[in-house]
Amino acid sequence: MSTTEKNTTTAVEEKEYNILNLGPTHPATHGIFQNVLKMDGEIIVEAEPTIGYIHRAFEKIAERRPFYQITTLTDRLNYCSSPINNMGWHMTVEKLIGAQLPKKVEYMRVIVMELARIADHIICNSVIAVDTGALTGFTYVFQWREKIYEMYEEICGARLTTNVGRIGGFERDFSDKFHKKLNDFLADFPAAWKEFESLINRNRIFMDRTIGCGPITAEMALEYSFTGPNLRAAGVDYDVRAMNPYSSYQDFDFVIPVGTNGDTYDRFMVRNEEIWQSLSIIKQALEKMPEGKHHADIPEFYLPPKEDVYTTMEGLIWHFKIVMGETEVPKGEVYHAVEGGNGELGFYLVSDGGRAPYRLHFRRPCYIYYQAYPEMIKGGMLSDAIITMSSMNVIAGELDA
Amino acid sequence: MATLTNEYVQSRIASQFGDKITEQVESYGMLTVTVHHEAYFDLIKWLKEDAEINCMFLTDLTAAHYPDRKEEELNVVVHLHNLPANFRIRVKTYIASAHPHLPSLTPLYKGANWMERESFDFFGVKFTGHPKLKTILNVDDMDYHPMLKQYPMEDQTREDKDNKYFGR
Amino acid sequence: MSDIKIAEAPVSIDGPGFSLTSLDKVVGLARANSIWPLPFATSCCGIEFMATMGANYDLARFGSERLSFSPRQADLLMVMGTIAKKMGPVLRQVYLQMAEPRWVIAVGACASSGGIFDTYSVLQGIDRVIPVDVYVPGCPPRPEQIIDGVMRIQDLVKTESLRRRNEPEYKQLLAGYGIQ
Repeated sequence: MSTTEKNTTTAVEEKEYNILNLGPTHPATHGIFQNVLKMDGEIIVEAEPTIGYIHRAFEKIAERRPFYQITTLTDRLNYCSSPINNMGWHMTVEKLIGAQLPKKVEYMRVIVMELARIADHIICNSVIAVDTGALTGFTYVFQWREKIYEMYEEICGARLTTNVGRIGGFERDFSDKFHKKLNDFLADFPAAWKEFESLINRNRIFMDRTIGCGPITAEMALEYSFTGPNLRAAGVDYDVRAMNPYSSYQDFDFVIPVGTNGDTYDRFMVRNEEIWQSLSIIKQALEKMPEGKHHADIPEFYLPPKEDVYTTMEGLIWHFKIVMGETEVPKGEVYHAVEGGNGELGFYLVSDGGRAPYRLHFRRPCYIYYQAYPEMIKGGMLSDAIITMSSMNVIAGELDA
Repeated sequence: MATLTNEYVQSRIASQFGDKITEQVESYGMLTVTVHHEAYFDLIKWLKEDAEINCMFLTDLTAAHYPDRKEEELNVVVHLHNLPANFRIRVKTYIASAHPHLPSLTPLYKGANWMERESFDFFGVKFTGHPKLKTILNVDDMDYHPMLKQYPMEDQTREDKDNKYFGR
Repeated sequence: MSDIKIAEAPVSIDGPGFSLTSLDKVVGLARANSIWPLPFATSCCGIEFMATMGANYDLARFGSERLSFSPRQADLLMVMGTIAKKMGPVLRQVYLQMAEPRWVIAVGACASSGGIFDTYSVLQGIDRVIPVDVYVPGCPPRPEQIIDGVMRIQDLVKTESLRRRNEPEYKQLLAGYGIQ
């Protein structure tokens, strides 16, 4: 045929692509990371991420700080749920020194960690809604985050970068005011969250935008070492709280929500359900809270009360030794993981017996699963890429460390 | 299928790799295998593909610097996890900083891509076969590997913080 | 009487249908109560900014209802969070794209002086690359402190001359940063 003969002689027309720079400063990428996108019209053909715009060299700093000062560094990893990072670090050091904690401390830790998880998921889900255009949910739900901040202030004095607890327990027991605030929160928050869900979950516009947006299969997610809600949305029920229980999580009855096709809607729904599960865990912990001290009996690491420091000789000596770092720390290497807001947050600690770690590495879930982002957005449109990024809950502090 | 315990896996590794294994200890409940760098890739591939051990999930890959171990200064540490059987294992290998080459794990685990880039950026470990080994977290024109022990943490060109007041 | 506070009118001589005052006071009042901020939020301070914008602390009361993410349309560059050396050139470029009059507020310890991160990769304060008007200390500062910082900027805006950009000290300041 004449047309086919003509086709074999003429050259194939080259497609022209646009190069679009998304970031590092962009209103919708929550955090600073850059993506250079090769676009075919509105469809993304290729993406090249650049990160490190907030690299603060945590691991280098950690080699020069005593163990109790590293808690403030861990705060600033996933700063939306900093108590979880703090507790994970304390548990790592307790594993290294072989400390036994009273059950009461573990239950108190569970309450604080689940509150942090609720706070993190509040931000992530309301921001997904904001990126699809629904700003109202954000303004309503953020008031509940303020209530959680008030509870943090009762126990440790700070709102966001909490530095809560110590190696061996807590600085003080939960006050009556904290219990009142917690009970008020448990009574009023479910209605507010239900209102948020009724606004968005079955909303036609939201579902059309997010179903099928940025999907990832379970096999691909496991290949990329995904953990946390992103992996659970793809269908794999891996949760560190269930698989390697820490801090008495085995005493609690909770469900691990799992999605089917790993797209933005599944990630959103998994986080919604995790908030309900966290509320249930907090209620169980409050009901079953045992009696006991709010700290373990490890005078080498747990600061004595100030009255003892000023009046007794032992208190003074322990205080001096702990602050100056004269306590004996076992040598060895330990890996401990907790279920952070975004997945398995691991701490690999190598101790050489000194007052600072020899090497401390943070296994940061955001850093590991952000690798898959170019693959998740390939073939989709630009607006889908924005929502995919906000549904992955990439926190810049944890990404760059 | 025998349940995976540290002793069982230890004996299987010893029988398969024999003299390439320098050391196998249990450290705080996790089996830690130190392997010679020539058998590093084969060991991890075997741990992933063996039907029983099946370490199909790469938890973490990182590096450390031990300047006192002559000819073995750089240490690469890999944490693997068998999710269905809930078995974790740590594999360590040492390489000399004069020849810091190690095979990349990206053919086995896609997630190793950025983990290895971070180890290269911080310590200078060169992973052969990595699709794009360049700095990821530090600035692009960084010419040294900052996590090595000989480099200071502070920026030496800063003028506003005087070391004598900061107790350094 | 409701307890809504209304901004004080400038000193003027009033009469039926006219008000005699100086132009810079009126313009200063208008500028101060309609600042359009550019939230350059990088890390933890950014989350406290989100809380400040939220319903409890409501920065919109001070006229900052419309956040501008484009530097061309913004008046106030709010730098919140750690600025690494990799980000320094980006910050400078955003500042250069802003049109006069423009102000800069450094929120948080990291933006003011590097904060707790005295490392090789963190810029020890954004005043290494751009001129700053107000520093808000804190790690992170409470929303009340951020609002206090914005109110100090409002004081600056109200009392500044109309054409600050032509004054010799300002030109000297910008020249010190290598900005034309």
